[in-house]
Amino acid sequence: MVAQGKCTECTQIEAAIDAIIEQKGPEPTSLIEILHAVQQELGFLPQSVQEYIAEKLNMPAGTVEGVVSFYTFFTTVPRGRHVIKVCQGTACYVRGGKRVLEAVVKHCGCGVGQTSEDRRFSVDIVRCLGACGLSPIMTVDDDIYERVKPTKIADILGKYD
Amino acid sequence: MSQRTITINGRTVPAAEGSTILEAATQAGQKIPTLCHHPDLPPLGACRVCLVEVEGERNLQPACSFPTREGMVVWTHSAKVRKARRTVVELLLSDHPSDCTACARNRNCELQTLAEELGIREVRVRVEPRGYEVDDSSLSVVRDPDKCILCRRCLQTCSEIQGVSGLRIRGRGYDSLVGSAFDTPLGSALCVNCGQCINRCPTGALTERSAIAEVWEALEDPELFTVVQTAPAVRIALGEALGMPPGQIVTGRLTTALRLLGFDRVFDTDFAADLTIMEEGYELIQRVTEGGVLPQLTSCSPGWIKFIEHFYPELLPNLSTCKSPQQMFGAVAKTYFAEVAGVDPAKMRVVSIMPCTAKKFEAARPEMRASGFQDVDYVLTTRELAQMIKEKGVDFMVLEESEYDDPLGESTGAAVIFGVTGGVMEAALRTAYEVITGEKLDNVEIHAVRGMEGVREASVKVGDLDLRAAVAHGLANAARLLDRVVAGEGGYHFIEIMACPGGCLGGGGQPIPTSPEIRQARADAIYQADQEMPIRRSHENPSIQALYERFLGKPLSERSHHLLHTQYTPRSRRAVQVQDDKSGRQTGA
Repeated sequence: MVAQGKCTECTQIEAAIDAIIEQKGPEPTSLIEILHAVQQELGFLPQSVQEYIAEKLNMPAGTVEGVVSFYTFFTTVPRGRHVIKVCQGTACYVRGGKRVLEAVVKHCGCGVGQTSEDRRFSVDIVRCLGACGLSPIMTVDDDIYERVKPTKIADILGKYD
Repeated sequence: MSQRTITINGRTVPAAEGSTILEAATQAGQKIPTLCHHPDLPPLGACRVCLVEVEGERNLQPACSFPTREGMVVWTHSAKVRKARRTVVELLLSDHPSDCTACARNRNCELQTLAEELGIREVRVRVEPRGYEVDDSSLSVVRDPDKCILCRRCLQTCSEIQGVSGLRIRGRGYDSLVGSAFDTPLGSALCVNCGQCINRCPTGALTERSAIAEVWEALEDPELFTVVQTAPAVRIALGEALGMPPGQIVTGRLTTALRLLGFDRVFDTDFAADLTIMEEGYELIQRVTEGGVLPQLTSCSPGWIKFIEHFYPELLPNLSTCKSPQQMFGAVAKTYFAEVAGVDPAKMRVVSIMPCTAKKFEAARPEMRASGFQDVDYVLTTRELAQMIKEKGVDFMVLEESEYDDPLGESTGAAVIFGVTGGVMEAALRTAYEVITGEKLDNVEIHAVRGMEGVREASVKVGDLDLRAAVAHGLANAARLLDRVVAGEGGYHFIEIMACPGGCLGGGGQPIPTSPEIRQARADAIYQADQEMPIRRSHENPSIQALYERFLGKPLSERSHHLLHTQYTPRSRRAVQVQDDKSGRQTGA
């Protein structure tokens, strides 16, 4: 059960998860696909949702948590409307990627892996985007920003609401 | 099985089909160091300490999981191997706390031993340990993640042997952390307190919650009257923790050592095991003859009790209402014995020496206060007792033997076999047979229920009744058996479950290490101890007969029900039930 009190929303969430499990197949081997689809639906995978999925698949909750915590794609906290990824690969790092990240963190007011209070941005780092010639590089959703300067962060992020 | 031939370090040796390099090498007398490998667990290849050179393979391969093949050439200690192995261990040591002298596993740590064997005198990379908090929220098991080397033995034990799967590894790489799901403190997590993870932990990352300090305090308080009881499986394993080989019966030295520690009375849990047989045997007879819920499930093993509460709450009506021998002892000590000896039960402290960590939790259950006080105050594991014996300067090897005290010290062969899988069943049958048929058993040894098979079944002719019995040890085995019961199969009358492999003799509080061979040696010693007892049937124990005559009346009497029987708590698999008040005394769960 997602919550003890069984609010309407909880019942709806459970129904949505049930439908996904039904579609993907209620087998432990479908776990990763189920997690992807549920995260797509809910935006994140909190503990109660992981426990619910574990019960439905008749597997230990720790196994589900192990998978969720292993893959960086999965998140257990709500994500912002826009996801910022700042590259910290070697090339980006030596060409100022660290200072770019510091500026992003300062602008959003939240750390790496976290979401800003207004739910506008989530801040992530990536280890390489394969465009080292354009370093330092960052992405906001599907937009790519090359040779980013820390002073430009406010301008860039101002475009997203 | 067909054989193949391989070459290890230039020597041609046989290897069984399907064997690993490690198995073939061990067979041939060639030692390969291991760390994550354990004889009770499937090979995992996680730690890379057993790396060997296999000619034709590009990389070094883990001997524990690499299969042998005809004609393969293996080098177990070449310069390349030694260098790699040393690096692996150095990296394990790089963030491992180095204050070995202040660790519970000092001188019994596989990582420490390995470092010594590899001659490591310098760790080239040193970083601070992660600084994780020690989790001492459980009454039974303490976790110190800084000492964890991520070998995964505890995870495997919890899932493969116990079927609990309460432990998991989260995150990855340097951030990997072993613990309960969602980092729930162990005290409120899905955990049956069996301590099997402790027995297989190579380091000090998992240990029991110690009660040594509290017991010293009670022993040294002149106001208090201290009573100790020793479980059946302690007397055949304690020696291992004090320098003896497995399988030694040290009962007489154990009682002497306890007196030297300062206990006012040295009693025996075996006495209470005989009492359990009386109550549980009569309960079985009642259920069978009066149409009660069957099969009756034994209730001596507190790890098993918590398991059924979490995983099979629908079978709780099948569980015998009998308390375990430990708790029967506590209830009788603080009532009957207090009366006989003229001791104020408020000033009495009952200490148990148990092969078990779950007993610590059991003693603190709120329902275990039938005497008006907490029936059992402190529980020490076999390991903790060994520690206290050493601390007190007692030379165990040259100790004179002595007897248990009266009136709670006399016991039978039926009681000592409580310590081995199948033993409670056999003890119960010895009594039930004679009570039901009125005839004496020609041979008290019921070999059909003995052995180390995970699940065993037997039919025993008891008068007109074909009594269908089943025995399981290790909770994953128990689950397999219980699934059959839930499905309505088997037609069993009586089922014995012990949480730990081999029964209590393989308990989570027993000396480390453990292996099938060690447990077999302990089992042999238990059966030998049974044979050496002058009385081998619980109902013939004169002290038990006296207890019924003077105090309890008869089995299942009202007083028996009040003191010796209990009820159980259905629990969720997402348990958040147990809280610890953090005071020294182990109190309410």
